[in-house]
Amino acid sequence: MKIHNSRTQRGGIKLHKNLLVSYVLRNARQVYIKEKYAEIYRMQQYEEVMTVCNEIQELNPLDLDAEDAEEERAACCGEDFQRGKEQEPAYYRSCCMEAPSPCDQLSVNINTHCNTTTVLDLDTHVVTTVDNGYIHQDCCCDTFQCAPSAQSSAKKRKMDFSYCTSDFDELQDFTTTRKRLRREDCLYSCQEFTETSNISTLISIFGSGFSGLLSRQADLEQICSKQALAGLGAWTRAIVAF
Amino acid sequence: MGEDTESTKINHTFLRDYVTEADVISTVEFNQTGDLLATGDKGGRVVIFQRETESKGESEEVGDTGDSGEYNVYSTFQSHEPDFDYLKSLEIEEKINKIRWLPQQNAAHFLLSTNDKTIKLWKVSERDKRPEGYNLKDEEGRIKDVSTITSLQVPVLKPTDLMVEVRPRRVFSNGHTYHVNSISVNSDGETYLSADDLRINMWHLGITDRSFNIVDIKPANMEDLTEVITSAEFHPHHCHLFVYSSSKGTLRLCDMRASALCDKHAKLYEEPEDPGSRSFFSEIISSVSDVKFSHSGRYMLTRDYLTAKVWDLHMDKGPVETYQVHEYLRSKLCSLYENDCIFDKFECVWNSSDSVIMTGAYNSFFRMFDRETGRGVTLEAWRESSKPRAVLRTRHVYTGGKRRRGDVGVDSLDFSKKILHMAWHPAENIIAIAATNNLYIFQDRVNPDALTQ
Repeated sequence: MKIHNSRTQRGGIKLHKNLLVSYVLRNARQVYIKEKYAEIYRMQQYEEVMTVCNEIQELNPLDLDAEDAEEERAACCGEDFQRGKEQEPAYYRSCCMEAPSPCDQLSVNINTHCNTTTVLDLDTHVVTTVDNGYIHQDCCCDTFQCAPSAQSSAKKRKMDFSYCTSDFDELQDFTTTRKRLRREDCLYSCQEFTETSNISTLISIFGSGFSGLLSRQADLEQICSKQALAGLGAWTRAIVAF
Repeated sequence: MGEDTESTKINHTFLRDYVTEADVISTVEFNQTGDLLATGDKGGRVVIFQRETESKGESEEVGDTGDSGEYNVYSTFQSHEPDFDYLKSLEIEEKINKIRWLPQQNAAHFLLSTNDKTIKLWKVSERDKRPEGYNLKDEEGRIKDVSTITSLQVPVLKPTDLMVEVRPRRVFSNGHTYHVNSISVNSDGETYLSADDLRINMWHLGITDRSFNIVDIKPANMEDLTEVITSAEFHPHHCHLFVYSSSKGTLRLCDMRASALCDKHAKLYEEPEDPGSRSFFSEIISSVSDVKFSHSGRYMLTRDYLTAKVWDLHMDKGPVETYQVHEYLRSKLCSLYENDCIFDKFECVWNSSDSVIMTGAYNSFFRMFDRETGRGVTLEAWRESSKPRAVLRTRHVYTGGKRRRGDVGVDSLDFSKKILHMAWHPAENIIAIAATNNLYIFQDRVNPDALTQ
């Protein structure tokens, strides 16, 4: 918005101010992408762990009763999570607790760190409840169904992510983009940066800013940057012209 | 401009803002002797104040009250007009970005004034005599009827009322693609530099159709742009040295003897970033808004959004002194970004002996720091709290602990009242503070203790 407004100000675009604004956007975008990748990584970890747990369960169906199965799953969950790169211990704890427990306990959110948000995906019309990054789908799930539903939700979220990146190309359609990103934003309770949702909205509208800034964080932005670069908007060209 | 009266308290604030937008002072500068003070405003006007000469002799005595010279309006002229760049369809603001006086060489005074694109050299001269007794024209200048002339007379100079004439002597145009942010006169008295966002040009005062580009940081591809030039200044004594500051918080000292194009700096002054204080706005608050050499030429003073720093030319690893101007704003950066205040460019100045530095803040506050003790005071430039000849009392912003009477809370600071521009008399403790459309001139009673109260 600031960059857009400066185009109509007297005296023309202020290069310095717009450069600084682009830095803010870049910083916000970096945080956003870091969180996204971290989230995806966590989901992948969880998937792998659940797959392994299920395989163990399948291999020994007669030896274990339901309770022991839960314990073992919890055990292997716990071990793997400890091995994994945890950024939010609260998240893993909630996973371990909730995966083996009955469905009706899922709705009881005892974890104080969790943010519960219910959103509607405009594309697939699926209602999703997000719980500090751990997604519950609106279905009746027990221990066995939770894993596949989590998997499918993870897949769905991966799809959503690609929606997100492709939206960087569509700067005109920012209203829809904002709704999608809003949903993604709800996934992260970013305690440190309270303005993330606003800033990610800004990111969607204005693209990625100067590519010279992007190239610094290549490891995090490999996937996003290519699509984002392709979507550099008219405002950067305007700055070039002046 | 100092006599601007406050309009009655009708709720026409939007109208008042519109009307006085052009009166907002955008630059303040003393000349080399301090007798003249020039201000430029957003409307492209320059107002020159002159110190009263009657009390000039007396004011040099220590402790004299009431005799210190006052500054009165000497001359007013329109320096720049609004312009239009037809090629780019861009309006060029007439706002005066900087004024710099030339060293005086004869009876006339010269100053450079610049807006975003064009620099002008003005000659300010006095006329107190005029010739009278022309043969061919009468007193009003009308041509006489030749048949009425019976004798010849020699015109003589007669004293007349003092008239101050200001004439443009040079116009330095088309030198800059981007917005000019600084000009600086060289100690050689012949050249000066002008800096915009990406380039610095060197001009000769006598030549207007050519300038020499000495710094160019424009990348081949504008999308690779990472920093811009924010301020530049010549060294006060060495005519081959100049410094420029960047939006990344670095200073570059350049030596023009090394090469024609000074893209490679002779010295780079940079403070390593503290990773613990990283935030969304780290780049914005580290951008240097002003750089000034000390009178001695040994130090540089820089201002970024929250601090003022003194750098030793001999040490490039970091500043030798850092002064927190308004650290209490660090937690408010988000809202300051929203209301654009985080982009405000504050100036900073040295006193005549380089022992005190001064810079502006919000709520009409400005701060002075004594370099020897490291202590700072907060003062206010606000008409209701300062009568003529009254002693300015120090102010305090409440940030925690015991609250004293008169303390101002951080949330009640008025961010529309910002002190961006200021100047310090080159020899005495007289300061000129620009507060929006008002100019305040404060004088110290040459008492060093007063500054540290």
